[in-house]
Amino acid sequence: MMFSKHKNPWRLLATASALLGVPAAAMADWGLNLTRGVTPYSETVYDLHMLILGVCVVIGVVVFGLIFYSIFAFRKSNGAKPAQWHESTKVEVLWTLVPFLILIGMAVPATHALIMMENTGGSDMTIKVTGYQWKWHYQYVDEGINYFSTLANDSNVARQLDSGVDPKSVPNYLLEVDNHLVVPVGKKIRFLTTAGDVIHAWWVPALGWKRDAIPGYINESWAQIKEPGTYRGQCAELCGKDHGFMPIVVDALSEQDYAAWVAKMKSATQHAEASTAPVAAVAEK
Amino acid sequence: MSQAAAHHEHEHHDHHPSGITRWLTTTNHKDIGSMYLIFSLIMFFIGGAMAMVIRAELFQPGLQFVDPQFFNSMTTMHALVMIFGAVMPAWTGFANWMIPMMIGAPDMALPRLNNWSFWILPFAFTLLLSTVFMPGGGPAGGWTMYPPLVLQTGAAFPFLIFAVHFMGASSIAGAINIIATVFNMRAPGMTLMKLPLFVWTWIITAFLLIASIPVLAGAVTMLLTDKFFGTAFFSAAGGGDPVMFQHIFWFFGHPEVYILILPAFGIVSAIIPTFARKPLFGYSSMVYASAAIAFLSFIVWAHHMFTVGMPLAGELFFMYTTVLIAVPTGVKVFNWVATMWQSSMTFETPMLFAIAFVILFTIGGFSGLMLGVTPVDFQYHDTYFVVAHFHYVLVTGAVYALMAGTYFWLPKWTGHMYDEGLGKLHFWMSTISVNVLFFPQHFLGLAGMPRRIPDYSVQFADFNMISSLGGFVFGLSQLLFVVVIVKCVKGGAKATDQVWDGAHGLEWTLPSPPPYHSFNTPPAPETIEGGMR
Ligand SMILES: [Cu+2]
Repeated sequence: MMFSKHKNPWRLLATASALLGVPAAAMADWGLNLTRGVTPYSETVYDLHMLILGVCVVIGVVVFGLIFYSIFAFRKSNGAKPAQWHESTKVEVLWTLVPFLILIGMAVPATHALIMMENTGGSDMTIKVTGYQWKWHYQYVDEGINYFSTLANDSNVARQLDSGVDPKSVPNYLLEVDNHLVVPVGKKIRFLTTAGDVIHAWWVPALGWKRDAIPGYINESWAQIKEPGTYRGQCAELCGKDHGFMPIVVDALSEQDYAAWVAKMKSATQHAEASTAPVAAVAEK
Repeated sequence: MSQAAAHHEHEHHDHHPSGITRWLTTTNHKDIGSMYLIFSLIMFFIGGAMAMVIRAELFQPGLQFVDPQFFNSMTTMHALVMIFGAVMPAWTGFANWMIPMMIGAPDMALPRLNNWSFWILPFAFTLLLSTVFMPGGGPAGGWTMYPPLVLQTGAAFPFLIFAVHFMGASSIAGAINIIATVFNMRAPGMTLMKLPLFVWTWIITAFLLIASIPVLAGAVTMLLTDKFFGTAFFSAAGGGDPVMFQHIFWFFGHPEVYILILPAFGIVSAIIPTFARKPLFGYSSMVYASAAIAFLSFIVWAHHMFTVGMPLAGELFFMYTTVLIAVPTGVKVFNWVATMWQSSMTFETPMLFAIAFVILFTIGGFSGLMLGVTPVDFQYHDTYFVVAHFHYVLVTGAVYALMAGTYFWLPKWTGHMYDEGLGKLHFWMSTISVNVLFFPQHFLGLAGMPRRIPDYSVQFADFNMISSLGGFVFGLSQLLFVVVIVKCVKGGAKATDQVWDGAHGLEWTLPSPPPYHSFNTPPAPETIEGGMR
């Protein structure tokens, strides 16, 4: 119910656009609004976004309404005679105080949301995210798993200048990577973000936030994903030539599936270590 | 010698060098004002051409025209050229032309400095624009020049830094001149609270410039020494701090935002009462609101960088101060609306641009308010929502006010009326296309498209195509602006002194075009009183 209530204004907008000649069917997958996301924080942020947007729309309708009314009612061609009043302390105080009170009304929930965001305590697991030009490195601090994640090859081929490949033919064009970040649902995950060269920003809209990855800094944030699924995002801080080509893909798995994935990764890592050790020894000779 | 003395009387009025020497050596506020405005118009088209490259590449997914590095240099240069080359010099041009005429002075207080502050600019921008042809290309780390990325710039790097230094020196000289002029050259009887709002907003702007530009100069100088002299101000590995650059940069950068928009408030406050034939509502509250905005602009800077990970207390402080700016800004908008209420309006081109300014700037203000709320900014930050926001306040805000002001004073400057039909066509083409260009970018940002990317996932294709089409039409529409200006300079119906029947203020008591030295004798106090509305 809540969901459909929120969606209505957008459907209205879609209808309005349809009247303007934009096919409504296309409108459905266009994505007009912020995502509700899949974490407690992202939902709070979504509600806050809708609240402020609503306040702005109401004020906008009133102010623009007054302007358009003036344009039609007080035009010289209609014989309007100009009044000469140009001051009113009462009105000035009123339109200073009322916006101030509205702002306080917005600041209270915003403050709560921010306190919630910054509370990274009590986490169940920690993942360290490091940005590089132009890939991400993920380190599962407690599990000893770590790997790089780079743009998927088919996207990389298609995105070259004059590649001749139609981006529409590439599944999840520019939003696919070779190695997904795999996380369990329902656990409070603490993310530590940093960078190895320049500043990047790690952003998955469905989680509700982005955080800069800065060399020399370790930033803390958290997420607790509710539903299993695949969530996609991108680097959000200009980091050089291929800034647009270092996406993020998060696979949220059920606890059992996650445990199975961890076990698989660990054995693969041990296997790889066992097999690379002799090779390294040979290479040294 | 005696010949020179004999000439002396004449020199003041009609003897000045002709040809290029006139423009190189001029100390006249109108000549310098014209040069600033022409320079700004050229930069507007150079920056606009870069925007066309950007929109062409973003027209559809995939890379069709330019490689990512060049794309990044286009976004970087577009911003630098538009901010420092188009909008700021345009405001100085308006100040040069209008402030002496508005306060009853013959010229600016420091005419030689005035000449110098203009002529620095062509050199600064030749340096900056030449970097596009250097090995490694132009600067591509964003106009915000964040280290460590900006330190990866190739041969262009020192040219970028010195160009910024030059632009800053020019701005500071211009600001000093304006302050000196307003404080020393006002006609007797022109008290501070009788100044036209354009003069008021410019004094406040000038103080913002003097306080903030040296901070930028310091920041880029530290970048320079980090790159070439082994310092580590912004390098974590050397004990420095990359985030400190962002704090310093935005301590300049936020006042800079108001440097770009405050004179616009002044122009709109002159135009709306003129065509509404009604005095401006709340003159003194306009002055106080401008001062309040200027003060707040120094304590909100970190809202540009909420995602760097500040302590909770810092995030809360910057959120509260940021949203507080909505109060004085709201007062201004309400005052303009109250001025229109029970007035008698006509809708010549300057008025159309001014009304569009009020509405579209307010839309940019709303998105600004949304961006100021920290927990939601974590989603909006560095997306196309931000791009939409600052283009609403800068294009349909600052640039619209510049166009409104140009149409408003063009008859005064040239002595001819401009072509009203073409002016209105320019207005409607611009206003429709600019919204097609920037409004969909709100949706793109909310749907998750980061800014400063040359290529995007296919879900963003439709809105990008619409936005690009709007961009091409907006770009082409600006050629009409040039046509109107050129036509008006060359000829047209003779403009009266007052030009607009609702116009009040000292500049309208002078002939159109005004004499070489605006007020050789100060205007009578009654004239000043008559100009007060
Ligand atoms: Cu990056």
